Amino acid sequence: MSAPGTGPFRYIGRKRRTKEDPRFVTGRGRYAADLALDGMKHVALVTSPHPSARIRAIRTDKALAAPGVQYVLTGEEFVANTDALQMGVDAPKVQRYALAHRVVRYAGEWVAAVVADTRALAEDAAELVEVDYEPTPYVLDGERSFADKSVLVHPDHGSNVLYHRVFKWGPVDEAFARAEHQLSFSVRWARSATVPIETFGVLAEWNAGMELLDIWASIQMPKFPDQTARALRLPGNCVRVHYDVDVGGSYGVKRGIKHTVLVAYLARRLGFPVRLIEDRLENMRGGDMHGPDRKFDVSVAYTRDGTITGLKIRALDDVGAYAGRSPLQLGKPVGAIVGPYLIPAVEYEPISVMTHKTPQEAVRGFGQSPTNYAIETAIDRVARALGMDPVALRERNMIRREQFPYTIPSGTTYDSGDFHTVLRKALDAIDYGALVRWRDEVRAAGGLAGIGISTCLEPNGGNSAFEPLFNPKNQTTTWMDSCLVRVDLSGAITGVMNTSSSGQGHETLVATCVGEILERDPATIRVARADSLTALPSNSPVGSRMAIMLGGAAAGAAKKIKAALIRIASHNLGIPEADLEYVQGDVRAIAHPDRMMTWEQLVEIAHRKYHQMPPGMDPGLQEKFVWEVPKGGALPTADGRVHMYPCFSFETHVVGVQVDPLTGQPRLAKYVCGHDCGVMINPDIVHGMTYGGIAHGIGAALYEKFAYSDNGQLESQTFMDYLMPSAMEVPALGIVDHCTPSPLTEFGQKGSGEAGYLGAPAAISNAINDALAPLGTGIFELPMTPHALWRRISAARRDA
Amino acid sequence: MSERQYTITLDVNGVKRSGIAPARMTLVDFLRDVLRLTGTHIGCEHGICGACSILLDGEPVRSCLMYAVQADGHRVTTVEGLAAADGKLSPLQDSFCEAHALQCGYCTPGMLIASHALLETKADPSEADIREAISGNLCRCTGYQQIVEAVKLAAERRRKEKSA
Repeated sequence: MSAPGTGPFRYIGRKRRTKEDPRFVTGRGRYAADLALDGMKHVALVTSPHPSARIRAIRTDKALAAPGVQYVLTGEEFVANTDALQMGVDAPKVQRYALAHRVVRYAGEWVAAVVADTRALAEDAAELVEVDYEPTPYVLDGERSFADKSVLVHPDHGSNVLYHRVFKWGPVDEAFARAEHQLSFSVRWARSATVPIETFGVLAEWNAGMELLDIWASIQMPKFPDQTARALRLPGNCVRVHYDVDVGGSYGVKRGIKHTVLVAYLARRLGFPVRLIEDRLENMRGGDMHGPDRKFDVSVAYTRDGTITGLKIRALDDVGAYAGRSPLQLGKPVGAIVGPYLIPAVEYEPISVMTHKTPQEAVRGFGQSPTNYAIETAIDRVARALGMDPVALRERNMIRREQFPYTIPSGTTYDSGDFHTVLRKALDAIDYGALVRWRDEVRAAGGLAGIGISTCLEPNGGNSAFEPLFNPKNQTTTWMDSCLVRVDLSGAITGVMNTSSSGQGHETLVATCVGEILERDPATIRVARADSLTALPSNSPVGSRMAIMLGGAAAGAAKKIKAALIRIASHNLGIPEADLEYVQGDVRAIAHPDRMMTWEQLVEIAHRKYHQMPPGMDPGLQEKFVWEVPKGGALPTADGRVHMYPCFSFETHVVGVQVDPLTGQPRLAKYVCGHDCGVMINPDIVHGMTYGGIAHGIGAALYEKFAYSDNGQLESQTFMDYLMPSAMEVPALGIVDHCTPSPLTEFGQKGSGEAGYLGAPAAISNAINDALAPLGTGIFELPMTPHALWRRISAARRDA
Repeated sequence: MSERQYTITLDVNGVKRSGIAPARMTLVDFLRDVLRLTGTHIGCEHGICGACSILLDGEPVRSCLMYAVQADGHRVTTVEGLAAADGKLSPLQDSFCEAHALQCGYCTPGMLIASHALLETKADPSEADIREAISGNLCRCTGYQQIVEAVKLAAERRRKEKSA
């Protein structure tokens, strides 16, 4: 398993077991809910039954008298003693706290927190808290909320709009004025989310003697310690977030900042450790972890030979009743707004509105998958309108290999790619000719079958350039990550990372990159996690960035270690550094290999023999590397052009789907994904995330929706009605790898954490619409449930 | 008024364990909070996700859907009991590592329990058998593909071990 490779890399890209898996298969993971402190108390929440209401009074006396109850906290005390949570756009009157104060704005919003000796006793007492509500009007539809000011979610804000701007990049009006053809359509991406199997959990303890707040949480969030401290009105160095907590899945949403501030306030106020582990109902309804809920209006200008000359996208996103970073999910797609295509002119109109629904949080891809779904629907609509093969249309419009680096109209430069080859490899792998024959045979036999293709970008590397783009008061231009590498006196290597992980295999990543540079077996390298007080700067694993950023930082630190060893050897051998070579930890003269120093000798000098150290060199053997995102550092231009993420992975999905005309049940008969994320550091990890992303995309396309009733109640709030794909709904998946190295990274790696999810819904939608096309019908909203398909099939057959 | 407590004794992973629980405490809460066996996870508490799967007298069950008092006197196997006494991974556990059949690890104990129960009854399961056996366990990371591969690999290894 540890045999060095024979290719350009010794360990990178090889089949290697991960460092993390053994602890998980033995039940030795350490998740937030596994942690218990002496004297720890438990929280249960009182939630609003109304989507919109004034709180007239809250009576807590019966709850306080219940067995085991320690405290009942309401919004009045909480709002007086903490600061509102931060948000991504400039809307200071839209204030968000963990507990509602005077007003509730969605069904499920937290109104009071009950603290008791056990979770069961806290739940008992929560039922005894009496709240007098005066129901008020509510708005649930995003377009209505945008157009009609009669019902405001936050009246002080003056409207329901959090962000609205029309960007024009390139001669878009001219493109449409001169277009040989154009078409327009709407598509609807349903409110779904990543819904990890672990709910959010947090444990906090306040140590008064040290004035220190300790936090253990299932967190995946940039700037989390800072935001926690600010909300609690504490200096940053009074908050210590422990990153050695295993997170049971996140894919974006585990941003329990409101949960954390609430529990931390209680722990400090009450003087004992307090823990909140959401139950599934709290998570689905009031955990504030819903995803984009988006309507697109799209227009495309194109020539009669199928060249796309202009694109207009209006995207209206319903973020629910409050916002953290969610409006920015309309911002990231600016960096890939033309997808993989040579579209010279674009108009983009993002609109972020509030409604009386559960707030939105970051979801895998940060708004890119819905946008890809809109773009890919446009491509297929143009192909259908022209009677062109969707493959040929894509091949005509895709950026060609020799055109990289390629700058798109909105100002971002794509680093590298070979889209045509990846598409061709995927078509070959699925045997496209045979797939077409299969479809036609099913149709000839009276069945419904279709083929769907998507060709989508995965922006990765995760800077935060959408922050200044969407909020001029926010001048963030760095989104660094870091790593510390140390070699101890025994000669063993430890890499220290600075964030928690939720399944991405970061320990394997760090060990592999450090091992590659130092030519030492990654299996022998330990990876530890700093806490937030000892950590170097990190922005957490968001935006498919860790292979690039943490991998790059680990390699950078390891290179400094290697340079230090060469310098020590040069001083002791009396040979210039340029005449030395580093071989698996030993350093020897190139011309006289017998003149050498071993790893053990060099390490001992660094740790013990200051008299043998080169003058001016620090003793010990540890190096840190802090890396700014490649190509980051600039603010947007006045017309909203900005260099967003540095690297671009590419995926093409080819899907064959059969729909049962009697039940509407879709079956994914064949599925291949062609994927190019540059150099893969650990192929098993990359493939696993891609398979998982496709499965998640299948859920978003076919099954998953946070559905609301007309009276503002969340109807899909358990796993019996929010349907996630099981092993029966996810078919056998094929992945075809391709490698176009990134010129911007250490090993040529790109990101892959959002792979699969960014193209699966688009391809499945195109396949279903191809299946429905012979009936003269189509479906342009997700999820495409069996019932939704059955209704369209039945209506089309009635009309026929 | 405090709740009436019951003393429960059961065989957990081959060891006789006792603890005290109120009548309404679920078996999974008892395993996790009273016996401190935190390998068994909680995902939904309504019997859908399968993260809390355990073996009760050898049969896979959801420990969130039964009370601790109902398990009194029974034999329970949790993920902590799958490895050999010396800590050596079972062929199934080792195959999960070999095929990278997990990412965050949260559904993994339930997946292992469901797959273990399958392999105890079927030495040479088909892909359809495997998918059906794990169809009551939700995973959000893997898309199930590498789990299916791991179970196939484990079945093969177990057959080889038996014939050796």
